[in-house]
Amino acid sequence: MSVVRAVAPPDNDKTLFGFWVYLMTDCVFFASLFATYAVLHTSTFGGPGSAQLFDLPPVLAETFILLTSSFTAGLAMLAAHRGNKHQVLGWLMVTFVLGAAFLGLELKEFHHLATTGNSWRRSGFLSAFFTLVGTHGLHISVGLVWMGVLMTKVWRSGLTAVNLKRLTLVSLFWHFLDIIWIFIFTMVYLMGSLS
Amino acid sequence: MNLAGRLTVSAFMHDPITMGGVLMMIVLGLGVVGALFYFKRWRWLWREWLTALDPKKIGVMYLGLASFMLLRGVADVMMIRVQQATSVGASHGIVSTDTFQQVFSAHGTIMIFFVAMGFMFGLINLIVPLQIGARDVAFPFLNSVSFWLYASGLALINLSLVIGSFSPAGWLAYPPLSELAYSPGVGVDYWIWSLQIAGLGSLLSGINFTVTILRMRAVGMSLMKMPIFVWSVLCAMALVIFAFPILTATLAMLALDRTLGMHFFTATGGGNPMMYVNLIWSWGHPEVYILMLPAFGIYSEIVATFARKRLFGYKSMVFALGAITVLSFIVWLHHFFTMGAGADVNAFFGIMTGVIAIPTGVKVFNWLFTMYRGRIKFATPMYWFLGFVFTFTIGGMTGVLMSVPAIDFQVHNTLFLVAHFHNMIIGGVLFGYFAGFSYWFPKMFGFKLNERLGRYAFWCWFVGFLVAFMPLYILGLMGATRRLDHYDASMGWQWLFIVAGVGVAIICAGIGFQLLQLAVSIWKRKANQDLTGDPWNGRTLEWSVASPAPVYNFAVLPVVSERDPFWEAKEANQAYGLAKYSDIVMPKNSGMGLIIAGFAFIFGFAVVWHIWWLVALALLGVIVSIVVRASDDDTEAIIPAAEVQRLEAAARARRQTA
Repeated sequence: MSVVRAVAPPDNDKTLFGFWVYLMTDCVFFASLFATYAVLHTSTFGGPGSAQLFDLPPVLAETFILLTSSFTAGLAMLAAHRGNKHQVLGWLMVTFVLGAAFLGLELKEFHHLATTGNSWRRSGFLSAFFTLVGTHGLHISVGLVWMGVLMTKVWRSGLTAVNLKRLTLVSLFWHFLDIIWIFIFTMVYLMGSLS
Repeated sequence: MNLAGRLTVSAFMHDPITMGGVLMMIVLGLGVVGALFYFKRWRWLWREWLTALDPKKIGVMYLGLASFMLLRGVADVMMIRVQQATSVGASHGIVSTDTFQQVFSAHGTIMIFFVAMGFMFGLINLIVPLQIGARDVAFPFLNSVSFWLYASGLALINLSLVIGSFSPAGWLAYPPLSELAYSPGVGVDYWIWSLQIAGLGSLLSGINFTVTILRMRAVGMSLMKMPIFVWSVLCAMALVIFAFPILTATLAMLALDRTLGMHFFTATGGGNPMMYVNLIWSWGHPEVYILMLPAFGIYSEIVATFARKRLFGYKSMVFALGAITVLSFIVWLHHFFTMGAGADVNAFFGIMTGVIAIPTGVKVFNWLFTMYRGRIKFATPMYWFLGFVFTFTIGGMTGVLMSVPAIDFQVHNTLFLVAHFHNMIIGGVLFGYFAGFSYWFPKMFGFKLNERLGRYAFWCWFVGFLVAFMPLYILGLMGATRRLDHYDASMGWQWLFIVAGVGVAIICAGIGFQLLQLAVSIWKRKANQDLTGDPWNGRTLEWSVASPAPVYNFAVLPVVSERDPFWEAKEANQAYGLAKYSDIVMPKNSGMGLIIAGFAFIFGFAVVWHIWWLVALALLGVIVSIVVRASDDDTEAIIPAAEVQRLEAAARARRQTA
């Protein structure tokens, strides 16, 4: 050790790295729910199983909506790096609307299941289903609130450095939820309909 | 709709013993509030402590709360010991069965989540930034949120004593017992939400310190030049990152079962109780190592310092830490070999469990070889270390014994197991944190702890521990199961329970000495001042700054080229020198962490009592506070170079008087 100051430590983007680590913890969280679903998906307790309950076309629509919203979130980021505030706001708005549409379709499915006697109280399988898919939906809601707040910030103070960082984080979050959804679509809906 | 949920007046009615505890807490609380008014310290409390983002202050607050909870956990254990020593044959002891269940559940929960975790995060906050040559943690505000979430969980678990009751279902609340059908009261809900809130804090801390260690080390401090304590923390935080989300998910599922009528772990409706046991231990076993690894790190620092030698086998130490980190994720099933997973599965987990003894053994030998031919100085931290080597080795051997499934079947759920894990957690974890506390105490407060009283405390703990737990090994082999509130006189167990009770009394004397040590040391702090900042002839960077460390830690960020950089600098006569100071940017204090966690506390309380309007309000409060804080762009303050110059000159003057 010496007392002369050489160079400052490299200013790595701690926030970005920290957010990645957070995403990994969230990944483990979802992994626990997936594992639970895998254990319980046959525990229908005399009730209907996944093959009887799931209606694929609306879920496919949900999937495309969410994938598209990930794409538009990417376009918003590209616009942000070009410094085009209006395009950023526009694409964020599109992303927001698509996300809300996804959430609406999901709630519609939940509502349909619950009102036809197949709520989360029906069986271990349905508890696991509602929790896994619902947790994803809850994340989507958080993402929507975040996006809403961020839009007002960008609207007011423009594409400042700190707003750019926030945009990067929210888009990471959004893509992450997209990936989780791909797994839900595959493991819960596609494999469930086959069985 | 009932505005108070299921909260009624009867929630405030308790049996006499609980009432005594309630009264004590109320008196204590009123005493603190009164003292704050009398000495007019509210503003001081708010400015200097409650809003502090300085990890050193947050660390001290962690240690304070953990010590308080230690006293509560020990009060529980005194009741358990008296009950088991007296509740024989016709006598039924001092507490009812129901109270007894709450007492042992509270004891375990408090000791793990609020004592051990609190001590651990306290020491990490205090020391890690200093050891890596950083001025702060990666996310100072998040750190304060973590601490206050821990404090909220702690408040909630203490509130359960006053309003309602605590969980009767054991410290891990196995279903189906912990399900609504068998535990209809609020106890299990209190358990769930106090752990959920505190656990969220731990998870955020895990992220924070991982980033701190990986991104904020001094220039030149490559991974293999990090102090071993930092390595142990990095491994523990990796475990936090991977294990705590499982806890969050598991607790959430149990809560959904209980509040929304789901069927994850219920005995009916297609639920699977054993899945809970698997999930909770996939968190729970790593958790054991989350507590243990930093203690290993502390011992390594202490043994090198007091043997005045480089740590023997640094690289093997690091690899041992890494191996334990990985292995700790593939042994969880040894907590329930009796589940009946089959010989092949049990054999795998049994072997993996045995294998963990290898890296652990490597560490023990490294410590012994570090001492070999060292010029050992027997200060209090060294006593804790040597006591640890002895008790931990016994505990390790009984652990390896139980890793054999066939033997485990014999002693499963007996006091043999209880003795084993107390052997690891008292003799391993707690001794380590006590060692670290006395070792780093001067760095926190600028004066040393009284050595003589520290030794008395150690001997009481050490002897008391052996007297309290060796009988439990024997009792376990005689077939005494854990959590017994009553047994028949013909079992011939009573005298051993009485001996164990005497052991606890000796431990209590040790705690008495610790409190006395603290009081005497504060009283006579002028005589024990640490003027140099380096009271033990230390090796790592935290000793290169003044004691107590200045708010910015390092006036000039250090550049490192060796392991044990401060020792090397002293050897080369370059430890202290003059430098040119510049302005330092530090985060401003903020009360938002306290406010966010306060809403989380209200949320927890409202969910426990099903007061749904308050749940919604508290959630809204959390969200709004987060948004408000995130919108605050003015979060940093500058310490001018002149001020740094003044503080450093004062520290230098103090050092020269020593």
